[in-house]
Amino acid sequence: MNLLIFTPVLPEIAITIVSMFLLIIGVFKKNEKTYTTISNLAILSLLVVLFLIFSGSVPKGVSFGGSLITDSFSLYLKTLILISSIIILVVSNIYLRNINLLKFEYIILVLLSVVGMMIMVSSNDLISLYLSIELQSLPLYVLASIRNKSSKSTESGLKYFVLGALSSCILLYGLSLIYGYTGSIYYNEIAANLSEYDVGILIGVAFTLAGFAFKISAVPFHMWTPDVYEGSPTTVTAFFAVAPKIAALGLIVRILITAMPTLMEDWQSILILLSIFSMLLGAFSAIGQRNLKRLLAYSSISHMGFALMGVINGSFDGVRSLSLYMLIYLVMSLALFISIIALKTNDEHIENIEDISGLAKINPAMALIISILLFSLAGIPPLAGFFAKFYVLYAAIDAKLYYLAIFGVLSSVISAFYYLRIIKVMYFEESAISFDPISKRLKTIIYLLTAITLLFFLRPSIFINFAGTASASLFI
Amino acid sequence: MDWPILSTIILIPLLGSLTILLINSEDEIGKRNIKIVALYTCIVNFLASIFLWVNFDKLSSEFQFIERYAWLAENITYHVGIDGISLFLIILTTFLMPFCILASWTNVSNKIKDYMVAFLILESLMIGVFCALDLVVFYLFFEACLIPMFLIIGVWGGARRVYATFKFFLYTLSGSVLMLIAIIYIYIVTGTTDVTILSGYDFNYSIQNWLWLAFFISFAVKMPMFPVHTWLPDAHVEAPTAGSVILAGVLLKMGGYGILRFSIPLFPIGSFVFTDLVFVLSVIAIIYTSFIAIAQEDIKKLIAYSSVAHMGFVTMGIFTFTDQGIQGGVFQMISHGLISSALFLSVGVIYDRLHTREIAVYGGVVKKMPIYAAFFLVFTMANIGLPGTSGFVGEFLTLLGAFKVNLYVAFFATTGVILSAAYALWLYKRVIFGVITNDEVEKLLDLNLREYIILLPFVLLIILFGVYPNMVIDLTAASTTNLIDNYNYAIEQYQSHLVSVNLEIGT
Repeated sequence: MNLLIFTPVLPEIAITIVSMFLLIIGVFKKNEKTYTTISNLAILSLLVVLFLIFSGSVPKGVSFGGSLITDSFSLYLKTLILISSIIILVVSNIYLRNINLLKFEYIILVLLSVVGMMIMVSSNDLISLYLSIELQSLPLYVLASIRNKSSKSTESGLKYFVLGALSSCILLYGLSLIYGYTGSIYYNEIAANLSEYDVGILIGVAFTLAGFAFKISAVPFHMWTPDVYEGSPTTVTAFFAVAPKIAALGLIVRILITAMPTLMEDWQSILILLSIFSMLLGAFSAIGQRNLKRLLAYSSISHMGFALMGVINGSFDGVRSLSLYMLIYLVMSLALFISIIALKTNDEHIENIEDISGLAKINPAMALIISILLFSLAGIPPLAGFFAKFYVLYAAIDAKLYYLAIFGVLSSVISAFYYLRIIKVMYFEESAISFDPISKRLKTIIYLLTAITLLFFLRPSIFINFAGTASASLFI
Repeated sequence: MDWPILSTIILIPLLGSLTILLINSEDEIGKRNIKIVALYTCIVNFLASIFLWVNFDKLSSEFQFIERYAWLAENITYHVGIDGISLFLIILTTFLMPFCILASWTNVSNKIKDYMVAFLILESLMIGVFCALDLVVFYLFFEACLIPMFLIIGVWGGARRVYATFKFFLYTLSGSVLMLIAIIYIYIVTGTTDVTILSGYDFNYSIQNWLWLAFFISFAVKMPMFPVHTWLPDAHVEAPTAGSVILAGVLLKMGGYGILRFSIPLFPIGSFVFTDLVFVLSVIAIIYTSFIAIAQEDIKKLIAYSSVAHMGFVTMGIFTFTDQGIQGGVFQMISHGLISSALFLSVGVIYDRLHTREIAVYGGVVKKMPIYAAFFLVFTMANIGLPGTSGFVGEFLTLLGAFKVNLYVAFFATTGVILSAAYALWLYKRVIFGVITNDEVEKLLDLNLREYIILLPFVLLIILFGVYPNMVIDLTAASTTNLIDNYNYAIEQYQSHLVSVNLEIGT
């Protein structure tokens, strides 16, 4: 047997083995330092894998008989997933110590979920698609409720699990219909056998998309998001907000473009509705929120709606805009979540918007950073968020979907209102609360991510070309 | 010219703000150093912009001092350059900035470091707006101005500052997002966003109307024109003095500038089709807001409404598409930039002493502050448009242009001149003359040296431009003539197209 056929999935195999190994260490060696050791080893192994992908040592190609594909697009998304999970693990180290929740299982679960996500963006048939989604979700259900002494955390875990299971059912039903009508599970064969006059296949596509919509929390399948975001520990929320969404969007793009290009008009209309509703509902619902994490949940719904605009076109420009959007979204929202994690008063982490009132007076640097991130999320130039929106709008207008673009910009005006509200609280209000000093490691990460957001406009072509080369591999 | 002078002028304030960020602002010496660094940065930048003026070739209608670097995409480049119209707006910006810093010398003590940084960044962005020759670069600067201005009004503003600054931000943002869509559309259709290439492009006639509207909404909000002017009085009233100066002096000019630079050259047919709409809105703005100004109780609000009326003259003048009209419009923008800034600075002087802007509180100020009263008189007269001041030239030229094109528009707009005399003189009478009824007014002291230095240059310039307007008009002439020629050419094409279409229908 030729072992070389496994090299394209070497990163996934490596992380799986490492996580099992770390699990054994964790079980047999339970003491104070175990968590730190395991966490460091996990970060190290993820870094090694990231380096392997970045240096181009991972060969491209299919493996497992065509079930998994490794191309520039999947490697690009894997890079994003790895970067976000490394950052999350570094931050968790500090955060979990603070809230007294040093459970080594946390790291194993993150690793396993990362494996799931990496397979998601590589999956090239319906079976690997479903299995990878489940592999990604199950650890996340546990992570949401890992703070098992808090009722909110368990509630969010349970809610996530029940609704996630339901969405999996819907997804599986859709997939089985697609399989039934095309007779194949492989994307390329599905594309060849598709006939758009079958009503059954359309129902299958609709159900599949509904299942996906749940994973990226697009309206009307978004109900779980605010509760889960609020209840989970903040590092887990940050993880939820970024990595699984990148993976799910990558998966959606691949299945729609490689397996169902002939049905484009049909899935386009579904995606348009999902996109418009997500943008508007996300924008309007966030206005009334007082809890920062809930607000960010709605903001992420709105952003997902925006990102979906890139898929709708089904063209190279669309996918490139989506890839760029995910990269910039990752940078902005991770930085914002970490800033929230970094701010605490008397060892209590902040929760509500009014907790940071007057921050500009007490910690001007942090207030400035949070404002930059919020302006960027609102899409105000010259910050990175503007370029993300610019390219997505470009894709939408290129597809002659003018009304969609108009909905997009209007919703971004509405979202600007609640982002501004946070800035208002920090700058225009006074407060006597003082904040604890921020650890150096968090500061470094926040500064780095904010610098990317702020200085993106100087050399935008670096990132755009990066996203462009990745997306091109889908259209060969 | 190898030295990238325009980029230097854009970057000097940014460098200044970076320097300020490094200064420790805890003690008095640090605070003083911050102000001095900010002031010197602005003065250096002003001198640099004078250098532009000196080296400007006034006979050429081409863009000058051009710089072009690769940026976002092959045809979205960092492309900057100026012509006669932008030259004066840049100089106006750099000229006003040192006075803004001086005006904030004593009355801003809270977070002085952030204040100066915000102002310097704003200066960079404003200059960028007037230099940009690429639509995306322009949009970038245009929108980015919102961030520092939002903070300036919100942090250092008056009692209702939060409401005012939100209104300002959201109005302007919602106005300009449609322009973004239009820009992206243009890029998709033509493959470039470079203004110099686009100005020769023939957009489909019906599409042109939509594109024109998308741009116009954005500029109309910024100008501001009736009926989207309501953010301006709030923003002006709540902004700190220097913020009002920049708002009235420079930010409002971006709308007029945008129309001249983008709307007319890119969409001549759209401009032609919607001329009547602009006329109607301008005339309503001139008359309606003048009446509102008469009824105001707050000095700053009154000046804000008078700004709306004066910007009405600008749009009216521009859309006459005559030499006089457009030159008058440009001149009016520069003159209004000086006059309204001077008025806001004068209001700042008495506001610093009594901490109220209510007209009723004052009265009899002349008895205590005679020099101030004299300064204020010059500015009031200039605001009315008295011959001999720069205000007269702008209004006269725009009205002359309007008379050539449309008698009704000119007739109604002229009543605005009378109304402006009504509100301005009545304001002057109530604030400066009369009996002192308020004990606080009794204790007023006349101008100190700093205030003297701030107000004197404005008096000189307003009278200089009023007596010798050719200083400005000579330099803008080539650009405006070029603009009108291109416009007329496009309209001829359009009309012959219409004729041929009619002939086809006829046969």
